[in-house]
Parts: sequence; structure tokens; C-alpha cells
Amino acid sequence: MENNSAKPKKEKIPRHAMPEQEPQLRIRNFDEVPLGYTEKLAIAEAQRCIQCKKPSCVAGCPVDVDIPGFVKLIAEGRFIEAALKLKETNALPAVCGRVCPQEDQCEKVCILAKKGEAVAIGRLERFAADFERNLGDVAVPARAKPNGKRVAVVGAGPSGLTIARDLVGYGYDVTIFEALHKPGGVLVYGIPEFRLPKAIVDAEVDYLRKLGVKIETNVVVGRMKTVDELFAEGYNAVYIAVGAGAPVFMDIPGENLSGIYSANEYLTRSNLMKAYRFPEYDTPIVRGRQVVVIGGGNVAMDSVRTALRLGAEAATIIYRRSEAEMPARAEEVHHAKEEGVKFQLLTNPVEYIGNEQGWVTGVRCQRMELGEPDASGRRRPVAVAGSEFVIPADTVVVAVGTMANPIVPATTPGLDTNPRGYILTKDDSGKTSREGVYAGGDIVTGSATVILAMGAGRQAARAIHEYLSRGEV
Amino acid sequence: MNRIVERQDLSENVVRMVLEAPEIARKRRAGQFIILKIDEKGERIPLTIVDSDAREGTITIIFQVVGKTTAVLARMNAGESLSDVQGPLGNPTEIENFGRVVCIGGGVGVGVVYPLAAALKKAGNHVTSIIGARCKSLLILEQEMKQVSDRLIVATDDGSYGFHGFVSAVLQNMIDAGEKIDRVYAIGPVPMMRVLANLTRPYGIKTIVSLNPIMVDATGMCGACRVSVGGKTKFTCVDGPEFDGHEVDFNLLSNRLRMYSEQEKQTMEAHRCECHGK
Ligand SMILES: Cc1cc2nc3c(=O)[nH]c(=O)nc-3n(C[C@H](O)[C@H](O)[C@H](O)COP(=O)(O)OP(=O)(O)OC[C@H]3O[C@@H](n4cnc5c(N)ncnc54)[C@H](O)[C@@H]3O)c2cc1C
Ligand SMILES: Cc1cc2nc3c(=O)[nH]c(=O)nc-3n(C[C@H](O)[C@H](O)[C@H](O)COP(=O)(O)OP(=O)(O)OC[C@H]3O[C@@H](n4cnc5c(N)ncnc54)[C@H](O)[C@@H]3O)c2cc1C
Ligand code: SF4
Ligand code: SF4
Ligand code: FES
Repeated sequence: MENNSAKPKKEKIPRHAMPEQEPQLRIRNFDEVPLGYTEKLAIAEAQRCIQCKKPSCVAGCPVDVDIPGFVKLIAEGRFIEAALKLKETNALPAVCGRVCPQEDQCEKVCILAKKGEAVAIGRLERFAADFERNLGDVAVPARAKPNGKRVAVVGAGPSGLTIARDLVGYGYDVTIFEALHKPGGVLVYGIPEFRLPKAIVDAEVDYLRKLGVKIETNVVVGRMKTVDELFAEGYNAVYIAVGAGAPVFMDIPGENLSGIYSANEYLTRSNLMKAYRFPEYDTPIVRGRQVVVIGGGNVAMDSVRTALRLGAEAATIIYRRSEAEMPARAEEVHHAKEEGVKFQLLTNPVEYIGNEQGWVTGVRCQRMELGEPDASGRRRPVAVAGSEFVIPADTVVVAVGTMANPIVPATTPGLDTNPRGYILTKDDSGKTSREGVYAGGDIVTGSATVILAMGAGRQAARAIHEYLSRGEV
Repeated sequence: MNRIVERQDLSENVVRMVLEAPEIARKRRAGQFIILKIDEKGERIPLTIVDSDAREGTITIIFQVVGKTTAVLARMNAGESLSDVQGPLGNPTEIENFGRVVCIGGGVGVGVVYPLAAALKKAGNHVTSIIGARCKSLLILEQEMKQVSDRLIVATDDGSYGFHGFVSAVLQNMIDAGEKIDRVYAIGPVPMMRVLANLTRPYGIKTIVSLNPIMVDATGMCGACRVSVGGKTKFTCVDGPEFDGHEVDFNLLSNRLRMYSEQEKQTMEAHRCECHGK
């Protein structure tokens, strides 16, 4: 196609693997599993990119990272410039380089993927961002001239952090209100240290603060103050990015027994509260010997791998469909298997069994088989009659999804939601049924991805800028 | 950061503290609580807002020393600061003129029932308060409760002060004497709330309890605080903390409260060593 590259042979070079901690070693610590490219590996991998004139990869990125641009800079050894190039469009490159499902996004549509292996865009993104951060002295662009208008952002997850960065860039006075004591959303409470070191999120948040973003923690909007009160305080627009944080339970007998956690609680204790370092940190967590995790998504993989690191002798995933239908990233499933996680597929829990102290001792399960495809196109699991059996467990983590937390919608009159409680937006701009109120991220889409939440933040930033520039408000 | 403005021992192991928290002070209503965290490594623990002063920008908490966090907190002094105070959380108490109400507090639960009694009194109710403790030296807030009640009855388990016996016996006597009671508020240790709920059930007296399960985020995100009310799972932090006592599964609550007893012992012992066996 547009291959005018001077080095056509480059395609033959296989994609460079990223060094990783060995499985036997890593299940005894919470350190990051992949170790990152060295400078040499990064340059070699970057040189695989053929610098397409019309790069298909960019269309696969929800925030339009100039992929050939930053990759070229890495190939030339200009790492800091590569990082700055990334930051032009991506507020959190060190995060995205780690947690983006690249195989479904930028890398999926990289031209090289057609014939062989895509350029390792995520790994390169991570490399450049890490290189800059590790130098310590991160450059902060000059502040935009204040335009005198104020925007309140509710929720300091990836969506809220992204819009805040863009809006200060336009000259707005931006304050993020965050319910928890620490900003970052799922990045700090959900995704484990071994996939996303919290020091990285802290550094990204620090950077936003240097850009002039104000962050007020411990403020539950809806309880401490409502959206209407924010307008009354003088904010000209409000962006709601509260995520889809409410846990879903299956509502089966015994689900409230001691030892049974929602994935949110299990991961929050371990990540946000650092319970894996108990008693150095005060928050405890049950270090189960036989841990069963219900679910087949990334959240289930994060939970089960956390359980192993907390010392589980047996850590089992129970999932009602087969591996092909599992929503988790292939890489996560692969890592989990390497670490010794057992997969009990085509199995569904029907009841939890407990002892006299009310502590869970086992999961009564039912075998499933796959029937006709359902609305999602995946084959629907159907229970096999008479197939019940019990898996022993002293700890269970329920990771079957999350739903909208009603606090903000319930306290914001006139804010329309769908029947499941997600906020309705007019279009991609995030405009809601309330004048001046925008929303984006998981509270609009339901549980999705970091980068989509960030993309929504970017688009809403443009929409809010346009709205407030009209001069009516 | 929230500064401790005042600190006072109310009894051997119950402390009252006034904290700087201007926005919470302005917003809070009776029945709501905060989550506090002492420092970087601290646990998030829920405590009821007992009182507030919007002008001074302060809130009052009363807590019993039961484990590491409350022990460390009890040793802090005015002028020191807590890293985090989040609130107000939970639903405010439904306050109306119900008629004749009885507010019952046991142990540190007296601190939790105090703002309710005050609000109910202000709304025009006839308030009888029954407060109890194991012995006289553990009794708290007697004067404060007197001020917000039409009648105050004190009970001690050992008879060292007031009525000799449990608060439930006092309530039983009132019922037996044919007193009209429109509503009961029962707040204290789980066994006390269970006994009181069982006591009023046959008489059909609506009984509100305030539950104290283990919490983490207190915004409805984790489900740690789930309780069973009327056979349905509820999250205490967003659906409560007050529930109809006749519907609550107290067994489940007390089981779940013991979930970390091993670890709690461990931190408490480590803490004792740190402060030289004090
Ligand atoms: C365990 C786990 C692993 C995941 N792994 C991946 C992955 O590998 N890759 C990927 O792309 N995606 C992953 N996801 C999904 C991804 O994290 C989310 O899609 C993304 O974080 C959504 O961003 P958000 O900004 O919309 O919301 P969130 O990240 O949920 O942030 C919302 C923030 O709002 C705050 N908040 C909530 N209510 C209020 C209120 N009333 N007032 C003030 N603040 C409030 C919350 O405390 C939170 O900080 C994972 C999710 C989980 C749970
Ligand atoms: C809505 C609500 C209001 C409360 N109000 C008061 C109050 O006004 N005064 C008061 O003295 N106590 C109150 N409590 C109880 C108080 O939160 C616990 O006593 C405190 O968390 C104990 O912490 P610790 O570290 O000192 O003890 P730990 O050693 O951690 O635990 C001792 C006991 O406290 C319980 N507990 C531990 N961690 C938590 C937690 N994160 N959340 C809830 N309970 C926990 C344990 O089940 C155990 O029974 C309230 C609880 C709730 C849910
Ligand atoms: S942000 Fe995500 S999708 Fe975009 S280039 Fe980076 S890794 Fe790819
Ligand atoms: S990353 Fe792939 S699609 Fe993008 S410019 Fe390079 S070779 Fe082309
Ligand atoms: S404390 Fe987490 S949901 Fe109530």
C-alpha cells in the first residue's frame, strides 16, 4: 500500500518480547510482572514500524495518539521527545502503555499485523513514558492564560483526570472532586500493583497538579454537595465521571457468608489500602488457602492473581462459558495460567456452603453446556441437570460485573439515565439532559476500558470548551 | 488534613473529639457518619457524627477503643491532624413528630443515639431516653442526654448507678406499665439491639436500629457492609445505617463483624508493644 519505507526488510524482524519476572518468583511478590524494554530493545522494536503515510494504527486509538510520530522518535533514540509527543494527546501514557487492550485497538489495525506481528505500540508507549518519568525532572508546559471560567469534575478516574488536563490547557479553572482519599479511580483501587504500579499513577496525578488541576479528595458528590450546589458555588459546567463502581452479586444462597468478597472490596483492600502489606498497613484482608473467583473477565484475573500472591494454595476461576468466550485479555489469562491458576470452565455457582461460624467452606456448582448464541453473540450457557458438585473454598471473590452507583444521578434532578442507571448522553460530546452537565467514562458506557474513558474525557473537554466559549454562560 | 481541636476522656475507654471539618459541619444531619483515616498507612473506619458546629466548622465524634485504629486515635492530642475525614455519609435519620419515642443507647451507642434524641425532641416528640453501661464509670453523656430528653432513665448492669439491669428491662417495664410508645430507637452493641428488637416485635412497636458492620469505602462501591434486612441484601453505607430492627438478620451481622478477629488481635498486640505495653 503506502509502503514507501526505505527499509522494506524490516517486516521480517519478529516483534520483540518484553522481559518478565519468572512465574515462580512473581507469585511471591506484588512487583510488576513485565519489566519493560531496555533502550536497545525499544529502538529495535521502534525500527520495525514502517512509518505509514496513512497510518491505520492511529484510527485504532481512541485518543488519536500520533503513533508513527512517537515511534519514530524512539527509533532515533529521542526518548524524551517521544514522551512529549505522546502527552500531546494522551494524558496517561505510562498507564495506557500497560493496561490498554492494544491487541484490540491500535495494534489490531497496525499494517504489520496483517502479515505478521504488529508493532508493539503499547510497550513502546510504556517505555517512552517510563524513561521520562525515571529521569525525574518531567517538563511542565507553560500554563494557559486563565479564561475566568470554572469547571467541576466529579470523579478522579481516568476520564476525570483526562478532561481536567485538557480543560486547564484551554485556560479553565478546574477542580476535581473525588470520593475516596486518593485520586486515580480504578487505576488505584482496582488494577493491582503487579499490573500497574501505583507510583506511576501518583506521578501522573502529580503532573496534573503541576499543570494547575485542583483535586479535592474525600468529597462524595451527592452527599457533601450536589451538582446543583456546584453550579451555585460558581462552576460554569460540571463533568460527571463517577465510573460504574457498584458491585454486582448473583443473589444466590449463602452469598453474605464471611469470607465472600466482591472483587471491588477484595481489590480495594489489597490495592488502595495496601492490605497485602498488613500489618505494616492497618487494613486486613483474608489470606485464603483455597480461593475461588467467580467470573471470566480482567477483574476476575486480577482477583485470582492477587489471591495467589496473598498465599493461596489453590486459586480457581469458575466461569460459566468456555475459554473462547472469556472476556479477559488473552495476556491476562496466559499470565494467570503460568502462575498456576486453575480454570473450572463451563461451571456456575448455585449456592455457598458455610460452617457454624458463618464462614464459607465451599461452592456448590453446576456444570454448564453451550447452547444457542444470545444477544451478545456468545453461546448461551445452559445448566446440565443433575450435575451439581462442591468445590471447597475458604475465600470467594465474586467478579461478575459492576453497575452504576446511583448517588449522583439520584441527587441531580433532570439528569436522565437509562433503566440500568447509566447517564444518557446526547452524542459523543457527553452532553446530558441537563444544561451545562456532561458525563463520560464507565458511568455512561457501563464498565469499559481506561482508554475509552479517557477518550470520552477528551471529547467532553472540546464540547465544554465550545459550550463555554459561546459566551452565553 | 483535619485538625483535632479538642480531646476529652469520657470514660476509661471512650474518648470524645472535636475535629475541624467545616464543610461536613455545615452539611451533616442527625444519623450520618464519617470515615476517617489517621495517616498514610491507616485503615478507613466509620464513626457517627455526634454533634456539629457550623459556625466553628467543627464536628464531634465519640469512640470506644476496641482495636488498633481507635487506640491510636485515642492517644492523639488537640493540635494534631488526621490525614482524611470523608463525609457526611449515610442517610440522615427520618425525623418527624411521631409522638412518644424512646431512645435507647448502650455503651458507646449513647453517643450515636444522642443526635437522634436531640433531633427528635426538636421535632416535637416526647422523648424518653434509656441509657446503659456495664457500670457507672463507663456511663457517658448523661447530662447531654438529660438536656434533650423529656425523661432520662439510666441503667447499669451491675447496679452501681440507676436501675440495676439491662436497658431492655427498663423498656419492658414501660411496656408492662401500659405506656404508649410510638417508636423505639435502639443503638448499641449487636446483642443489645437484637434483644430490644425481639422485645418490641410482639407489641408491633416500630424499632429503628443503627448498624455498625465493617466498611471500606462507604460509598456503595465494595459491599463490605452488606447486611440482610427483610431477606434482602442491603449496603449499610448507602441504604442505612438505620434499618427496621424487626427485619435485620443480627446473626449474619455479628458473624461478619468477626471476619478479621485474628488480624485485629495481631495489630492490637503489635500496637501495644510499640507503646510499651500501655
Ligand atoms: C479490576 C479492574 C481491572 C481493569 N483492568 C483494565 C485494563 O487492564 N485495561 C482497561 O483498559 N480497563 C480496565 N478496567 C476498566 C477500567 O478501569 C475502567 O473502564 C475505567 O477506569 C473507567 O474510568 P472512569 O474514569 O469512567 O471511572 P473510574 O475509574 O471508576 O473512576 C471513577 C471515580 O469516581 C469516583 N466517584 C464515584 N462516585 C463519586 C461521587 N459521588 N463523588 C465523587 N467521586 C465519585 C470514584 O471513587 C472513582 O475514583 C478494569 C477495571 C477493573 C475494576
Ligand atoms: C455507620 C457506623 C457508625 C459507627 N459509629 C461509631 C461511633 O460513633 N463510635 C464508635 O466507637 N464506634 C462506631 N462504629 C464502630 C467503629 O467503626 C469500629 O469500632 C472501628 O472501626 C474499630 O476500628 P479499630 O481499628 O479500632 O478496631 P479493629 O481492631 O479493626 O476492630 C475491632 C472491632 O471493630 C469492627 N471494625 C473493624 N474495622 C471496621 C471498619 N472498617 N468498619 C466498621 N467496623 C469495623 C470489627 O468488626 C471489630 O468488632 C461505627 C460503625 C459504623 C459502621
Ligand atoms: S493509548 Fe492505547 S490504543 Fe492508543 S496508542 Fe496507546 S496503547 Fe494504543
Ligand atoms: S505502527 Fe503499524 S500501522 Fe502504525 S505507522 Fe507503524 S507500521 Fe504503520
Ligand atoms: S462500605 Fe463499601 S459498599 Fe458500603
